[in-house]
Amino acid sequence: MPFIPHTQQDVAEMLSVIGVDSIDVLFDEIPADLRISGLRDIPPALNEMALLRLAATRAEQDSGKLCFIGAGAYEHHIPAAVWEVATRGEFMTAYTPYQAEASQGTLQVLYEYQTMMARLMAMNVSNASLYDGASALAEAILMAMRLDKKNKIHRIVLPTNLHPHYRDTVHAIVRQRDTELLAIPFDAHSGKITVEMLEKMMPDTFTAFVIPQPNFFGVLEDIDTLTDWAHARGARVIAVVNPLAMALLKPPGQWGKKGADMACGEGQPLGVPLASGGPYYGFLCCRTEDIRQLPGRIAGRTRDTHGRNGFVLTLQAREQHIRRARATSNICTNQGLLVTASTIYMSIMGATGLRDVALTCHANARLLRDKLKAVAGIRCYFESAYFHEFLVQLNCPVDGVLTQLHKKNIQPGLATKTYYPELGECLLVCVTETKTPADIDYFIQQLICAM
Amino acid sequence: MSSVPKKLQYSKTHEWVREDEDIVTIGITDHAQCMLGDLVYVELPEVEAGFEIGEECAVLESVKAAADVFCPVSGEVVEINTLLLDHPQLINEDPYGRGWLFRLRPFEKERPELLDAEEYNKQVASEAH
Amino acid sequence: MPELIFDLSRKGRCAHAQLPPNTLQNATDIPAELLRVQPAALPEVSELQAVRHFTRLSQLNFSIDTHFYPLGSCTMKYNPRGVHKAAQLPGFLQRHPLAPESHSQGYMACAYELQEILKSVTGMRAVSLTPMAGAQGEFTGVAMIRAYHHARHDRARTEMLVPDAAHGTNPATAAQCGYTVREIPTDADGNVNIDALRAAVGPQTAGIMLTNPSTLGVFEQKIKEIAAILHDVGGLLYYDGANLNAILGKVRPGDMGFDVMHINLHKTFATPHGGGGPGSGPVAAGERLAAFLPTPMVGKSATGYEWLTAKACPQTIGRLSTFMGNAGILLRAHFYARLLGAAGMQRVAEFATLNANYMLKRLTAAGFNAAFPKRRASHEFIITLKKEAKEYHISALDVAKRLLDAGMHAPTMYFPLLVPECLLIEPTETETREVLDAFVATMILILKEMQTQPDKIKQAPQYLPVSRLDEVAAAREPEVVAGQEVIEHA
Repeated sequence: MPFIPHTQQDVAEMLSVIGVDSIDVLFDEIPADLRISGLRDIPPALNEMALLRLAATRAEQDSGKLCFIGAGAYEHHIPAAVWEVATRGEFMTAYTPYQAEASQGTLQVLYEYQTMMARLMAMNVSNASLYDGASALAEAILMAMRLDKKNKIHRIVLPTNLHPHYRDTVHAIVRQRDTELLAIPFDAHSGKITVEMLEKMMPDTFTAFVIPQPNFFGVLEDIDTLTDWAHARGARVIAVVNPLAMALLKPPGQWGKKGADMACGEGQPLGVPLASGGPYYGFLCCRTEDIRQLPGRIAGRTRDTHGRNGFVLTLQAREQHIRRARATSNICTNQGLLVTASTIYMSIMGATGLRDVALTCHANARLLRDKLKAVAGIRCYFESAYFHEFLVQLNCPVDGVLTQLHKKNIQPGLATKTYYPELGECLLVCVTETKTPADIDYFIQQLICAM
Repeated sequence: MSSVPKKLQYSKTHEWVREDEDIVTIGITDHAQCMLGDLVYVELPEVEAGFEIGEECAVLESVKAAADVFCPVSGEVVEINTLLLDHPQLINEDPYGRGWLFRLRPFEKERPELLDAEEYNKQVASEAH
Repeated sequence: MPELIFDLSRKGRCAHAQLPPNTLQNATDIPAELLRVQPAALPEVSELQAVRHFTRLSQLNFSIDTHFYPLGSCTMKYNPRGVHKAAQLPGFLQRHPLAPESHSQGYMACAYELQEILKSVTGMRAVSLTPMAGAQGEFTGVAMIRAYHHARHDRARTEMLVPDAAHGTNPATAAQCGYTVREIPTDADGNVNIDALRAAVGPQTAGIMLTNPSTLGVFEQKIKEIAAILHDVGGLLYYDGANLNAILGKVRPGDMGFDVMHINLHKTFATPHGGGGPGSGPVAAGERLAAFLPTPMVGKSATGYEWLTAKACPQTIGRLSTFMGNAGILLRAHFYARLLGAAGMQRVAEFATLNANYMLKRLTAAGFNAAFPKRRASHEFIITLKKEAKEYHISALDVAKRLLDAGMHAPTMYFPLLVPECLLIEPTETETREVLDAFVATMILILKEMQTQPDKIKQAPQYLPVSRLDEVAAAREPEVVAGQEVIEHA
C-alpha cells in the first residue's frame, strides 16, 4: 500500500477504538446508490523503480533540442545551488505561512523577494507573487479598475503587440466584468506603439494603458513618451516587462515623468526552468498608496512580544477568506516555491550578474541577427531597438523550414502566422546567454540548408 | 458589558447617530468595535456623496475581519473624520467621541427605523444567543 | 531571526562562477533613454553566503518533511520523493512550452494520461489541466457555467448560491465572475438546509457551489436531492474539489449530479505546497459543460498526441495562463497516480477516513467537543473549544500556538466561520498511528495545562525563533519591503 504506514494490528486496534468492525462502515453516511466498488481505466500500479524508468523514457523523447524559441519563456542558466536549496523539504513541503511563528523561513524569503522585485522594478512595493505573467496582467487590470473611481465604464488599452496569449488570458478573466478592452494596432514599420496611432484611435478617457517592454516582437517601446501620454489623460500605466531585461533597461518606476503605476510580468527568466510552461510565477508591483488594492499574499515585517524582528502575512482583510464576495481577488496561492528559487537566483547573481546575463543575451541576439541578415531570402521585419528577440521574414513557407529543422533537433523560433497572418512567413527568434557562437553558426548553417 | 450612551440613537447594524441641529454624526458602537477587534484600516466615504438608508458607506478592517458600515440615515456627507485614516485605533479607544466616522446633512427629519439605547441593548443581548 | 540577505551584501562581491562570458560593456545600439542608469540594489554576496542564508531560513519552517501538519482542508500528506525526482528529469525541465508537438510527445503522453485518470476519478466527461490553482479552477468552473447560460441566451441568471460554510474562495470567485452571491444556511447536523435552498432557487439561479464532504467534515447526504432542485430550475452544480481526498475511489462527483469541478492536485495528488504554491486546479466537466473547458487540452490521434486549441474547441471560455498550466505539478500528479493505481487511490480515502475517525474518537473520549457529535468524520473533523474558552479563557488560537511549542503544526483554526473557537483537523492517510497518538496526548496535556498553567498556553510559542507577532502593527503601517529609502528615483 503506497505511502500508507498502517500495520494490520494498527487497523484492528484503531477500528476497535472507533467501535466499528471495518473501514467500510466509516463510509456508511454516503448513500449506497452513490458508492462505487472501484475505479476503472486506471493504469496498474508501478513501484518507484518502474516509474522512474517510465519517466526517463518519456523525458528522453523530448530532450536534446537546440532551442531558439522565446515568446514569453526563456532558457537561462540556473546556478545549481538555486534548486538544491529551494527544494529542501522545509521549503518545498510547507504550506502557506498561516502560523507565522512556525513559518519564519518562508515569510522572510517572501519579504526579501518583495524587496528585490521592488528594487529591480524601481517601484515602491511588491506582492508575494501570482500564478504567472498573463494572469498577473489580468490581476493588474482588475486592480486598475478598482482604483479608478472616476470612470463608470472601464476602458483598458491593450496593444496588439502584447503577447497574444496574454491578450487571450486577459479576455478570459476580465471579460466576466463590465469593461471594454481596446486593441491598439502597432506601427507596421517599427513594430512599436506610436503616439500618432494612439491619438487617432483612443477615446478621451480610459482607465489603464498596458505597455509591454520589450513587446512580443522583442522590440523596445518608447516608454517615456507613452507613459507621459497616458498620464496626461488621467489613465494608469501598467508595465508588462521581462524582469531580467530590467537589469539593463529602464525600469517601470522610472518611465516618463511619474513612472508606471504598476509593473507586472513573468518571473520565469529569474531562475525558473522552461519546464513546459509552468509552474512559473507572476509578479506585481505598485505604488505604496495603492497597496490595499494589491491582490495576493503580502509578507510584512513586525515585532514579536519580546520586541524581536519577525514576519507575518499582512493586509489579509483584503483577501477571500475574510472578505469573501468583496475580496480584491479569489487568489489564495502565491507561487512560494518559485519565488524561493527566484530569490536565491537574484541573490547569487546580484545586480552585476543579472546585467551581465542581460548583456550577453543581447550580444548573442545581435550576433545571430547580423548573421541572419546576411542570408539570402531572410530579412529582419522591424528595424527597431531590441533586447534578445526579433522577427525575421523568410522568402519561403516557414512551415517547411520548421519541419526540416525540427528533424535536426533545432527549434528555430516561433512561427507567428497563427497570431499575425498579416505579417506573412515570419519567425520570432530568441537567443539567450546559453547559446555559444558555435550553436549560432550551426543554426545558420542548418537554416540555409532547410531553405 | 459595552457602553451604550442614552443620548444617542442606534441602527440594528451597530451604527450610532447623534443629532446636532441640521447635521448628524455617525460612528460605530462600542459593542461593534469590540467584536471587530483592533482596527487597522478605515475607508471613509467622499464628502458630497449621497447615501440611502442601509447603503454601504464605509469599510472597517481589523487583522481578522472586514466590516461594512451601513448608512443609518439618508443624506449627503458633509465631513469625514480624516484623523482615522492614520489612527484607526481611535475607533477602538473612543468609539462615541474621537472615533466618529462622518457627518451627514440628512434628507429626512424623522428616523422611525432607529433604536433608542434600551432597544439597542436588547438587540445586542438577543444576538449573544 | 537571521539577518536579511541585504545585510550580508558588500560592494563588489559576486558569485564569479555564475557569470556568463560577457563581451559587451554597454549596449551601445540601444538608445540611452531606454537604458537603466543605476543598478538595482540587489544583494552582492558569495555563492556560499547565499546557500547558507537560505538553508538557515529553511530551518525556521515547519513542513511535512519535518513535522506533523494536520492542517484541515489542506491535505498535508507525504509528497513522494520519487515522484519529484521523475518530474525533475532534464528532458521535462528543458522542454519549451511552445516546442513543436514532434518534440513534445513525452510530456504530452503524461498530460493525456492524467486527463484520462482524472476523468475516471471524477466521473466526468472531459478534463482541462490548465487552471493553475484551486481558486483558478473555481473561476474556470463558474465562468463555464456563465458561458453555458449565455450560449442558451439565458441572461436572467444573476445569482450564485453558496453555503455559509463554504471556503471564502467560493463567494470571491462568484463575485469575480459577475454573480451576486446568495448564502444558504447550514442545519444543525452540518447539511445544507434543504428548505432554505428550495426557497432560494428560481429563474435567477445560475448554480450552486458545493464542497462534499463539506468544510464541516461531514458528507452531504441529500446531495442527489440538491442536484435535482438545482437542475429542475435550470441551475448547474459546481463541485469544489478541496476535499476529494475523503472520497477518492469511493464516490464520484459526476455520479452525485455535479456538472463541473476542480481538483486540487496539491492536496489529493500529493504535489508539494511549496510554502503557499504552486498549486494546480484541473477542471473536469460533464455533458452540459464539457464544450466550454479552457484550452489548451491534449488530444490523441493516429499520429500521436496533439494540442487542442480554440480551433478544435469553438465554445471554450479561452485561455487562463500564458502556456498550459503548471506542467511540472501535472507531471507529479500523474506519476503519483501511476504509483498508486486504482486500488491505491481507494486506500487513500479509506485510511484518511480511518485516521480522522480514530483521532476524533480519542479526542472526544478525552473530553474535547466535536462540532457535529452525531456525524462520522470524513477525512477531517472539527473540535470546538467554545466551552474551554468560557471556562479557562483559552482560545483556539492559544491552543494552536501551544501545539507549535510541542513540535506539531496547528490545525486550521477559525474556519469554517460558523463554528466558534474551532480547530479543523486533517491527519491524512500517510501518518502513523504513533503520530496520531502523540498529537492526542499533547491535546490532553494542553487540556490539563488550561487548569494548572494557563500562562504556558497563553505565552506560547516560547520555543520557536519568534514568539507571537504583532499583526496589528504590521497591518496599520505595512512594511513590506526593506529599506525603502534606498529605492532610486528617476
